[in-house]
Amino acid sequence: MPAVSKGDGMRGLAVFISDIRNCKSKEAEVKRINKELANIRSKFKGDKALDGYSKKKYVCKLLFIFLLGHDIDFGHMEAVNLLSSNKYTEKQIGYLFISVLVNSNSELIRLINNAIKNDLASRNATFMNLALHCIANVGSREMAEAFASDIPRILVAGDTMDSVKQSAALCLLRLNRTSPDLVPMGEWTARVVHLLNDQHLGVVTAATSLITTLAQKSPDDFKTSVSLAVARLSRIVTSASIDLQDYTYYFVAAPWLSVKLLRLLQCYPPPEDASLRSRLSECLETILNKAQEPPKSKKVQHSNAKNAVLFEAIALIIHHDSEPNLLVRACNQLGQFLQHRETNLRYLALESMCTLASSEFSHEAVKTHIETVISALKTERDVSVRQRAVDLLYAMCDRSNSKQIVAEMLSYLETADYSIREEIVLKVAILAEKYAVDYTWYVDTILNLIRIAGDYVSEEVWYRVIQIVINRDDVQGYAAKTVFEALQAPACHENLVKVGGYILGEFGNLIAGDPRSSPLVQFNLLHSKFHLCSVPTRALLLSAYIKFINLFPEVKGTIQDVLRSDSQLRNADVELQQRAVEYLRLSCIASTDILATVLEEMPPFPERESSILAKLKKKKGSSKLPDMDDSRKNVNGSAEHAEDAEVASKTPQFLLEELISTDRPHPSSSATMLPTRTMVPSHTFTDNLSVNSAPSSGASLLVDVFSDFSSAAPTESSDEHFPRFVCKNNGVIYENQLLQIGLKSEYRQNLGRMYVFYGNKTSTQFQSFSTSVSSNDVLCSHILCSAPQLPAE
Amino acid sequence: GLIDCNSTTSNFSFRLIHALILKMQFMLLFSRQGKLRLQKWYVPLSDKERKKISRDLVQTILARKPKMCSFLEWRDLKIVYKSRYASLYFCCAVEDQDNELITLEIIHRYVELLDKYFGSVCELDIIFNFEKAYFILDEFLLGGEAQETSKKNVLKAIEQADLLQEEIPIIKEAEAPRSVLEEIGLT
Repeated sequence: MPAVSKGDGMRGLAVFISDIRNCKSKEAEVKRINKELANIRSKFKGDKALDGYSKKKYVCKLLFIFLLGHDIDFGHMEAVNLLSSNKYTEKQIGYLFISVLVNSNSELIRLINNAIKNDLASRNATFMNLALHCIANVGSREMAEAFASDIPRILVAGDTMDSVKQSAALCLLRLNRTSPDLVPMGEWTARVVHLLNDQHLGVVTAATSLITTLAQKSPDDFKTSVSLAVARLSRIVTSASIDLQDYTYYFVAAPWLSVKLLRLLQCYPPPEDASLRSRLSECLETILNKAQEPPKSKKVQHSNAKNAVLFEAIALIIHHDSEPNLLVRACNQLGQFLQHRETNLRYLALESMCTLASSEFSHEAVKTHIETVISALKTERDVSVRQRAVDLLYAMCDRSNSKQIVAEMLSYLETADYSIREEIVLKVAILAEKYAVDYTWYVDTILNLIRIAGDYVSEEVWYRVIQIVINRDDVQGYAAKTVFEALQAPACHENLVKVGGYILGEFGNLIAGDPRSSPLVQFNLLHSKFHLCSVPTRALLLSAYIKFINLFPEVKGTIQDVLRSDSQLRNADVELQQRAVEYLRLSCIASTDILATVLEEMPPFPERESSILAKLKKKKGSSKLPDMDDSRKNVNGSAEHAEDAEVASKTPQFLLEELISTDRPHPSSSATMLPTRTMVPSHTFTDNLSVNSAPSSGASLLVDVFSDFSSAAPTESSDEHFPRFVCKNNGVIYENQLLQIGLKSEYRQNLGRMYVFYGNKTSTQFQSFSTSVSSNDVLCSHILCSAPQLPAE
Repeated sequence: GLIDCNSTTSNFSFRLIHALILKMQFMLLFSRQGKLRLQKWYVPLSDKERKKISRDLVQTILARKPKMCSFLEWRDLKIVYKSRYASLYFCCAVEDQDNELITLEIIHRYVELLDKYFGSVCELDIIFNFEKAYFILDEFLLGGEAQETSKKNVLKAIEQADLLQEEIPIIKEAEAPRSVLEEIGLT
């Protein structure tokens, strides 16, 4: 029971709570509550003015009732009254009530803000903290409007007490999240950075969180925090456990602060200053080293705290992506965790490795763990852990291991949780397409997908397999043969019937020579499934039948009989009926030539971006998707803008590239190209913006920056990156704090294509973003540039 | 043929800034029977949404087996929970990019604080002194961020506040302070 005496213990409240707990049924509880509500209502309305204690007690009772799950529609006024009490506990309850039962009545808001203002000005630290806590808890726009400019002042004032500084910092952080446009940058920012050097570690902790959030809005204003953060982190990491006294947690030095500092550092690229960079590397090395030391305590809190810092350090190493030895060390450390006794660590290691898999320095190192990951997929009891294993296999997949990984994922799919099947299906489809050298493998894989998890094979997936088969002559025969065989199975999924129907309709002729798959056999096979299928499938089959009539005149009569039957011509479904009628008529009156023209083989599909990838991203929402296709989302909401410019020949700088053969293996040539653009258009991302995203207001800041940028000659700012493109086709061509521009090009004979990618590194949206392509006069005529106007988002 | 996307040039990867703040969305404490003992929300949500989330999440967590790991994905959040504190489950919802282990320790630290304050805290303490549980939480986590990670300092702040109330004399009914409305003449 309470160690410290609580003064007025509100006996009435305790009795009420006991009564509720003693209620034997829900009805009894509701009855008791209603009785109390009536009592409180009458007390509030009563003639006698209630004393502070009673008011507090009743407001607290109302709060309790609300938290139980019942609706409360009164009491706000009384709670607001409590705010102006000069008795601490009454104020406290008042603030608690209004933070929990937020009311949008404007009169109440005005009164609340008034009370807060008084408390902030009171110079009493405890009262100020109450007020600040309330603002941080509610964080409404009205409060932001009233206080967003006062709080920075409180934060950096010399005479503010430490505890108030902490509250002010986090209060400001909350306001910045909900109303970033109302938190103005100003002189105070430099002083906030200085708080990183404060004596009081609590202040440093709060300030670090605040700076991290503000640095995303205005990175330049807080650039100087990097060196301070490195210095601080360094001191913590190398300190003896007694140095930090109460900030040491189970023998780990200031773990929360360390994690926050490491996060702050992830707002910025690796430091340019060499000595700072090496100091930071030393720090990270130390953290990695500590992980290898024997633990100072057996308690799980010790290892959790230590590993929390370790994982965050690894996240920073991955973010910088610049020190190969650190990356490899990180990978090895995670590799050890993959086989740790503790499930949590295995889970986190799998998760962390996903991001490591996309770095060129550590990609190979990650691949070495493939067997462990596959074994995790098979043996882990916890489905969340198995899911991470799937994600990691997806991330580490490349040409060397694609067959193995796809096979493992397919076999996992057979027993996977239903809730995750669709995602796995999409991933397998993407991998199969991306890494198919031999398209027969691709076709097999998709058909397997349909067999194993047909219900979860969405339209995008089976459309895609058909597109690919249509576009690739070399796999058409194989596809026809394989679907034919697959359809023999007594119970096959409807999606297989769809795919099979379409393919046989187009390419059934390729296997018609074999008596086992003669036209009649093919038709009977398809038609045997007809009555089992839904309307859209039947419609597709009818189209296949008319194609058969064209391909195989010998079965014309049989098919016409089927079309002529009442069940088709008088089918209740309009679409089926129409098709049956029209196809029948067509088959009767069209000459062979006309029929052949009408039912000519499907032409190759135009190249498009893979909609499967788009669907997967939409499904995963804003969560991390391993950097498979060289694209990542900014969780804060800004989308990547993609644009491509087709260049028939290149500007002088890049002429050299044509002569140097690229080291990318080219898949077996085929008559038609089916490149899949791997950038997803921005609109898919904006659907997944986080709940709190506020309208961009940093526009004015950005517009200025861009007007400077665009007027500068293009060659000036990006010279450093140009030499890279002598040997490589892809890379970053320009980068600053706000923007990253990347280039990806590919060439065939006399044609080249260059994609230019623009990445928004800030957390606010660019507005009025536009691009242009310019080149020397001589080459102008050779450039076909399509620069679609970006949506005004 | 297909563009070979097997380029391992990670220079080309957009290392855009994720939500780097430990963004806790809410914290729930509930009993094994699914009764909610504490609910702290750090994001604006309507009552209806809160109720739905609590209900769904509590069911999901109660269905988990003991040997499973302490993290799970739920909707687009990461849930970090601990279930070995007497009869109570503590669960935090953080954003997917957040540091899970440190969140586990946030839970532990909060339990330590409650324990120190109440003296071997049990579920009943939290039921009967629920407002204190909220106050203690606010001193430790503000807006979902750890503000003071020294156990001593947090407890000192709470104790100071408790002492404060003892100093102020009990005001009799007749001298009850005028409410704001009274002062501006509206009642």
